[in-house]
Amino acid sequence: MGEAAPRTLWLLAALLALLLVAPAILGKYWLSVLILILYFAYVGQAWNILMGFAGQLSLGHALYAGLGGYVAAGLFFHYGIGPWAGVFAAAVAAALAGMIVGYLGFRFSLAGVYFALLTIAFSEFTRLAFDHWEWAGGAGGLFLKVDAGTDIVNLRGGPLLFYYVILALAAFAFILCRALLESRLGRYWLAIREDAEAAQAVGVPVLRCKMIAIVISAALTALGGVWNAFYYSNLFPETAFAVGRSIEITLAPIIGGLGTLFGPIVGAVVLAGLGEAFTDLGEALGIPGIKQIFYGLALLVIVMYRPAGVWPWLAGKLGLAERPK
Amino acid sequence: MTSDFLLSLAQAVTKGLLTGMVYGLMALGLSVIFGVMRVVNFAHGEMMVVGMYLAWMGFEYLGVTPLLSLPLIAAIFFFAGYALQRSLISPFIGRPEHQQFLLLLAVAILLVNGCLAIAGPDSRGVQLDSQFDSYELGPIVFDAVRLHAALAAIAIAALLWLFFTATRTGKSIRAAADNHMGALVVGLDVRRLYAFTFGVGAACVGAAGALMITIIPVTPFLAGEYTLLAFIIVIVGGLGSMTGALLGGLLIGVSEAVAGLLLQPSLKSMFSFGLLILVLLLRPQGLFGKSSS
Repeated sequence: MGEAAPRTLWLLAALLALLLVAPAILGKYWLSVLILILYFAYVGQAWNILMGFAGQLSLGHALYAGLGGYVAAGLFFHYGIGPWAGVFAAAVAAALAGMIVGYLGFRFSLAGVYFALLTIAFSEFTRLAFDHWEWAGGAGGLFLKVDAGTDIVNLRGGPLLFYYVILALAAFAFILCRALLESRLGRYWLAIREDAEAAQAVGVPVLRCKMIAIVISAALTALGGVWNAFYYSNLFPETAFAVGRSIEITLAPIIGGLGTLFGPIVGAVVLAGLGEAFTDLGEALGIPGIKQIFYGLALLVIVMYRPAGVWPWLAGKLGLAERPK
Repeated sequence: MTSDFLLSLAQAVTKGLLTGMVYGLMALGLSVIFGVMRVVNFAHGEMMVVGMYLAWMGFEYLGVTPLLSLPLIAAIFFFAGYALQRSLISPFIGRPEHQQFLLLLAVAILLVNGCLAIAGPDSRGVQLDSQFDSYELGPIVFDAVRLHAALAAIAIAALLWLFFTATRTGKSIRAAADNHMGALVVGLDVRRLYAFTFGVGAACVGAAGALMITIIPVTPFLAGEYTLLAFIIVIVGGLGSMTGALLGGLLIGVSEAVAGLLLQPSLKSMFSFGLLILVLLLRPQGLFGKSSS
């Protein structure tokens, strides 16, 4: 496959430059919004590997984010092991979890909603388990000490530090996904996604490819979980492993465009924009839950009129269409 | 084991069976919707909660006990479900799961926050006159409210069974579920049948909600739990099997009650999820379902 269109590369470079200097331009509040956008773009990208590339709907990705966060935070809390080292243990833990879920799901030929329910069952099971695990703080939560200074080694510090870390992660995920898509593995995934039986018939190692997808997806999500744990300095099983958290992870890539590189990013921007607009509107109207009602309506409109996602439509308008699917 | 413990256990099992019957009715609604149309109704728990709120409002503002307002609520749900299916859901049948999921997620968000906007976040309960009555069968005490709810659930399930086996529409729906193409070929109006199906499923959920409010109070935040519960029951019990949904409901009801007794209450769902995992892996057609063709 040849190079990406020069126009795309220029736009990417411009975007990156803009993001690098963003903290100097944006105020504290908008920086925190941008941080969340990057976070959801990152985990969305990670989730997209399993869904958009390999075609398996996971609604239990909070399992990997939560495990990653808890492993790294736990190691830091109990043994003082910094997150840059803890992140490896976190990724391994999540990869193992992904292997279990993946093996059980794929080996037993669960697909569609059955596989999704399996993922939910595992993440809920883990949530309940962590509620009762004292080493991880139990239901009361795990709290990381917040220091005044900036400590890059232990990821303690202000928003600026976390901004650049998540920016680096998001950029890394983007490049990795591009590389994966263009590789032979990416082709196998495409084949599996389009028609798994046909792929199997022509010799694509379907089970192995699916397992690789879920392991990569889980490990990447775990990194996001580590970042999240250290950014907020606390973890609760009720939120870390919640189904709501898993659903949050899926929204940006689905809205933005499954299986595309820019989908999760565009989706994260759209959702954040909608969230901000509706928060203001909701406060103005003062009815409980009105913000969520607008949010739900927006999701409804998007899935009805742009079911393939916002990015493919936007890309068409801008003349930047990615390779057609 | 002491006889006290055995008695507590029997008591818990009884309570679980009665509550489980209402769970079963809720799951029946999902079995109908998912079983016939393969629509992944992620708004199922939310629909149940709306039913609970409607029954609560009937009781609170009109003084009508939920058992009486049940037929009206079921009718409202039928028509609303029919309309929802015809307007929103119909184009999504056969589309990829993630799109159905997003559609119904949006519906769920709208329903839950509609309830929140109208009724607020506080829990709302129904205090019936028969609240503290009970029946006794030997040493076991049956809570009157639960017993009435369970009996009503059984009655509704029986009506549903009659509908699917004895009426023309019911049989047509079963035909369309078994063989979509065949149904089209023999000239069944499948779109209308699907809308009817969703209406019927929704009516079940609404009825289950009206019954459930007599047992526990409602908050908007129960919804997600019920959606999951409904899916667990339907899968454990077996898709396309009415007895499966009801028996699955009983099983889950009992396991929750017993787990609440033996373990910590917060762990009661663990058994349900464990059971779901086992069933998904070892017998995906469910304990009472037919093997998929």
